[in-house]
Amino acid sequence: MPTDLTTTIPAPSPTTTHVLPSPFTYSQPAPVLLTQGAEALVYKTHFLDPSTPAILKFRPSKAYRHPTLDARLTKQRVLAEARVLVKLGGVGAEGDGLCEVNVPGVLGLEWDVGRKVKGAEGAVRVRRTQGQEQGPSQRRGQSVEERVKEEEGGQKGAWILMEFVEGRSVKESLRGVDAYVKRRGEATSQEETARMNEEVKSLMRRIGRAVGAMHSRGGVVHGDLTSSNVMVRPRAGKGLNGHAEQRHEEESSSISCPDLKGEIVLIDFGLATQSIQDEDRAVDLYVLERAFGSTHPRQEDWFDAEVLQHQDGYRGSFKGANVVLKRLEEVRMRGRKRSMIG
Amino acid sequence: MTKPLIALGLEGSANKLGVGIIRHPPHPISSFKPRPPAEILSNIRHTYNAPPGEGFLPKDTAQHHRQHVASLVQQSLAEANLTSSDIDVICYTKGPGMGAPLQSVAIAARTLSLMWNKPMVGVNHCIGHIEMGREITGATNPVVLYVSGGNTQVIAYSNQRYRIFGETLDIAVGNCLDRFARTLCIPNDPAPGYNIEQLAKKGNILLDLPYAVKGMDCSFSGILAKCDEYAAQMAKGTLTDPNTGEKITPEDLCFTLQETVFSMLVEITERAMAHVGSNQVLIVGGVGCNERVQEMMGSMAGERGGSVYATDERFCIDNGIMIAHAGLLAYSIGQTTDLVDCTCTQRFRTDDVWIGWRND
Repeated sequence: MPTDLTTTIPAPSPTTTHVLPSPFTYSQPAPVLLTQGAEALVYKTHFLDPSTPAILKFRPSKAYRHPTLDARLTKQRVLAEARVLVKLGGVGAEGDGLCEVNVPGVLGLEWDVGRKVKGAEGAVRVRRTQGQEQGPSQRRGQSVEERVKEEEGGQKGAWILMEFVEGRSVKESLRGVDAYVKRRGEATSQEETARMNEEVKSLMRRIGRAVGAMHSRGGVVHGDLTSSNVMVRPRAGKGLNGHAEQRHEEESSSISCPDLKGEIVLIDFGLATQSIQDEDRAVDLYVLERAFGSTHPRQEDWFDAEVLQHQDGYRGSFKGANVVLKRLEEVRMRGRKRSMIG
Repeated sequence: MTKPLIALGLEGSANKLGVGIIRHPPHPISSFKPRPPAEILSNIRHTYNAPPGEGFLPKDTAQHHRQHVASLVQQSLAEANLTSSDIDVICYTKGPGMGAPLQSVAIAARTLSLMWNKPMVGVNHCIGHIEMGREITGATNPVVLYVSGGNTQVIAYSNQRYRIFGETLDIAVGNCLDRFARTLCIPNDPAPGYNIEQLAKKGNILLDLPYAVKGMDCSFSGILAKCDEYAAQMAKGTLTDPNTGEKITPEDLCFTLQETVFSMLVEITERAMAHVGSNQVLIVGGVGCNERVQEMMGSMAGERGGSVYATDERFCIDNGIMIAHAGLLAYSIGQTTDLVDCTCTQRFRTDDVWIGWRND
């Protein structure tokens, strides 16, 4: 009997197919849709040559929003996202490498695909599209002019092209752990349970630390922290010695429990802002806490102790963390209709 | 249960006093077939309206409820063609809501229970909305947007609870609309939100307002403050469209307010849908009968390959039948509230309620 919302309803397949804006409209191989987020369609594509994978985040205009509001929000958000990613990308790891901020790098962006670019109107665009891809136009049996018309007509939205991040999201990983525990059932030995719990806790502490580093050294609040927006990227030999690597492989082959080791990469900065206010940081943590609790009821009870309070988690990640955590208590109390006990 | 069950529901958490009678046809617990649809035997409501420019005060609202509850119960029984002996259980709103109105209705419920010697069930108002919405629309497992004068929440079901994914960080969206109606001195009859909606249909200039979405939460107080500021400028005649220089009208302000706050609501709902992987949306609560928010939500759900479920004012706006329905669901799995526990509470979280009657 499925007990969880996401297992009862399969992820919806989008029925409306979006025509990607130039220059991705005819890129070969065609971009593959990975997810339809709330704001954007996320595609896997490549950058410059097919062996360099990249993520294309296309924000189509929202039909439900007033065009003025839509244009304002789309532009604001895509620019803010790029600025924040560039800022965080320059922060890197601190001395010991424990407190690192990993985010995908920005490869390019456009905030209004329908906008007339000075000096790149009509003919220039034709030449540009012709030069980039030969073939597709014949394949589609369209004249170049028709294509340009199609590309420019009615297309609205923005896109940002980013570095591809290997690995899985924390949501998938924890779901994987839950599924694994469920499948093994009683067969799981006590030591194994303890070891797995410890691994989950360690992952949670690293999440707290990564968020802390983003807040302190990045000066950024994410605005939409959820377990789907935190990735676990397997360390490809980076900073690990051969022995550790080997053990790592053995483990993952003997059991099909998801691998929770690896570095934390924060993604989806669509709602991020640059701020160093304790209030904003506390709300950021509150959003994560709430999203985490509602997505991972089994790990909810560890959240406070591991992600927030642990010395290897948020609390230990920077000097001002104590103040933020204090503020978080106030933010929690502000939640409406909280039951008042005591 | 092998015999039909009939419940009387009393609702009075805000300015509406509602009485409803519902019948659930027999449905053995062992049966795996879906429960047959409930029958609505009566659903009546009496609304307390404050004069234009004012909100309803708890004291006056409670007095209104005390004054009308007895006659409404009688009228409801007459409409259903039942006597008190046909009722199996009395359900009332335990919370959340305004203290004084809640108390007056809880007292009415306790009195009926003692008079007729019937068990009672205290119901969470939000759960009432959700369960009634599911019953009427047939949505099986939707993301729920609950928007009213006192609540703004995005809810999804998981593990026997309705979990709150996002909510307002300050005032409710309906409160924001109601208070702006007060600023413009728009009548409160039939509802301030309804009158704003009608004005907004005639507006077409969109002014800049703050857009406060934080993850799946949102905030409306800053928007209200900015709107009030615009309204003051408009009254002085100094407010013009920055692009054309045209004078801004109250219609434009209502239009601006609606477009902005509803965009925020649709956005947080969409984010919750993407997060839980669902493509059904159910809109409940008083603001949910606004056609513009339904239209926007429909457009968003359509793009995600899903659909939106909404009800009309009979079930969207606070009513007794939803309390009867949710209470009867709890009663059917053996839950009742003892007389000593039949209190009410202004703060009662949606996710505090254990949803024992759902088996998914």
